[in-house]
Amino acid sequence: MTQEEEILIMPGAWNLPFRHTAGRFASRFFRELRDNKKIFGVRCPECRRVLLPPRPFCERCFASIDEWVEVGNQGTLELFTICYVPFLGLPPPPIATIMVKLDGADGCLSHILGGIDLSDVDKAPELVKIGMRVEAVWRDERKGEIGDIEYFRPVKSSRRA
Amino acid sequence: MARRVAIVGVGLTKCSSHRRDVTYPELVHEAVSAALADANLKAKDIDAVVYGSMDPFDGVFALERWNVDACVGAGAANMPFLKLTTGGTTGGSTALGGYYHVTSGMFDVVLTVASQRVGETLEAQLVLNTAIDPIYERWMGGGAITVVANQASSHFHYYGTTEEDLAMVAAKNYACALNNPYAHLQRHLTVEDALKMRMLSWPLRLSDCCPSSDGACAIIFASEERAAKITKTPAWVRGKGQITDNYYIGDRPWFQDWDGLTMLAQRVYKEARINNPLQELDVAELYNAFTIQEIIECEALGFCEPGKGAELVRKGVTDMGGELPVCPSGGTLCTNPIGATGLIRIGEAALQVMGKADKRQVPNVKTALGHVWGAAIGFHVLMILDKEKP
Repeated sequence: MTQEEEILIMPGAWNLPFRHTAGRFASRFFRELRDNKKIFGVRCPECRRVLLPPRPFCERCFASIDEWVEVGNQGTLELFTICYVPFLGLPPPPIATIMVKLDGADGCLSHILGGIDLSDVDKAPELVKIGMRVEAVWRDERKGEIGDIEYFRPVKSSRRA
Repeated sequence: MARRVAIVGVGLTKCSSHRRDVTYPELVHEAVSAALADANLKAKDIDAVVYGSMDPFDGVFALERWNVDACVGAGAANMPFLKLTTGGTTGGSTALGGYYHVTSGMFDVVLTVASQRVGETLEAQLVLNTAIDPIYERWMGGGAITVVANQASSHFHYYGTTEEDLAMVAAKNYACALNNPYAHLQRHLTVEDALKMRMLSWPLRLSDCCPSSDGACAIIFASEERAAKITKTPAWVRGKGQITDNYYIGDRPWFQDWDGLTMLAQRVYKEARINNPLQELDVAELYNAFTIQEIIECEALGFCEPGKGAELVRKGVTDMGGELPVCPSGGTLCTNPIGATGLIRIGEAALQVMGKADKRQVPNVKTALGHVWGAAIGFHVLMILDKEKP
């Protein structure tokens, strides 16, 4: 092959529609968000952990679950990052993704952090701390999906759990 | 009774952001031909093939079909052929698959091949996002970078690791990659340069993150009897294993530690009768796709106490001339054809044991460790290779 040889590139793209069954548990969880602005987890009958997101069986005990437990609108931030670059087809930056352990739950819910200025890459990470208290901010128009909680924001006046 | 198994041949391809000079099967052919040449074997000497790729990174589903002939003509020869895919651990699972084929006594000489053309997707994070729960979590745009950035921010919070520590890991790996003709990133990087790089997902900068690479790797596993006839420098499998963690990472938010890897290391060290890995291992090829992971992996693998991983780098313990060199190849940080990368880690470990690692060779290697992670930090594979028969 010589340096001058032209190598052609064939274009490709996938745009395949799917539909994902939310199931009974996520459906009830989302209905509670939409209709009552309440966040529910489920309790394993064996290990007694309150699991979030709710699921029909405990993966540790392999026990079926049918007990629903309301958890708090507030919780503790356990994990975070702030993404500053745009990725094709993904939400625009800056976006702070967090895991929050809601009061009364044993696991964390994945969501985003709002209510603070993320624009300055040097300052924003100083505003977000593992262990800080956060609370759900609800959308007025709720559709029965995880986005019915618009975001979590820092709880004023008590920065620590 | 499990049979002893050795690696008798390794084939790597040059990796880059887009191997425009080859078609997909030509890329795989390049790795397979190199492995056959390394073992001085012919295609007809192979009894079975285990192939790995992480669909749908290349925009083609079930790549084993496209590549079946590039794997020693397995299709035309009507050979037994198995495809494995376990996310980022695909290459590690592929190696385990080859090992199991031979140790079980079912086959004597088995070719393992793994390949990926991440360079053929225009947005790797968007592909990775399809691996995330579509009911609760995908909407946030998570991909590998954001998941791993959580590991970094937690390690900073709990152990005081800094951006400069990450930059030192980057500089070390970039320097090593300059000795590796197969590595993707081939440029000098100083700690100061790294600290000026663009922030991708706090606290990970561009130099803390692996590139998207095209590349392939092939490794030939052989039974004890056949290995002795094939090569004078076999790399014996002394320990190996895989571990899986639960699906919802919100149930295990202690990202500063990697307890799945610690548990697997304990199992594999026990099998290999290793008590002090820092002293008894001569080199480690870790799946350090991101700088912070090399730090956490060193801790989880017992090279140091939890939280002390950055000290290993600062003291030069894991440099080329250190007590336990980590990633003489430049690691995953400098080369990441995802599904192939795990097999490359094990292949690099094997080359060190065989004494064939050229400019990146660590002197007098007897025992080497290969590590692979994947599945949104939920899976790990380890393989310990040794000059001596176990």
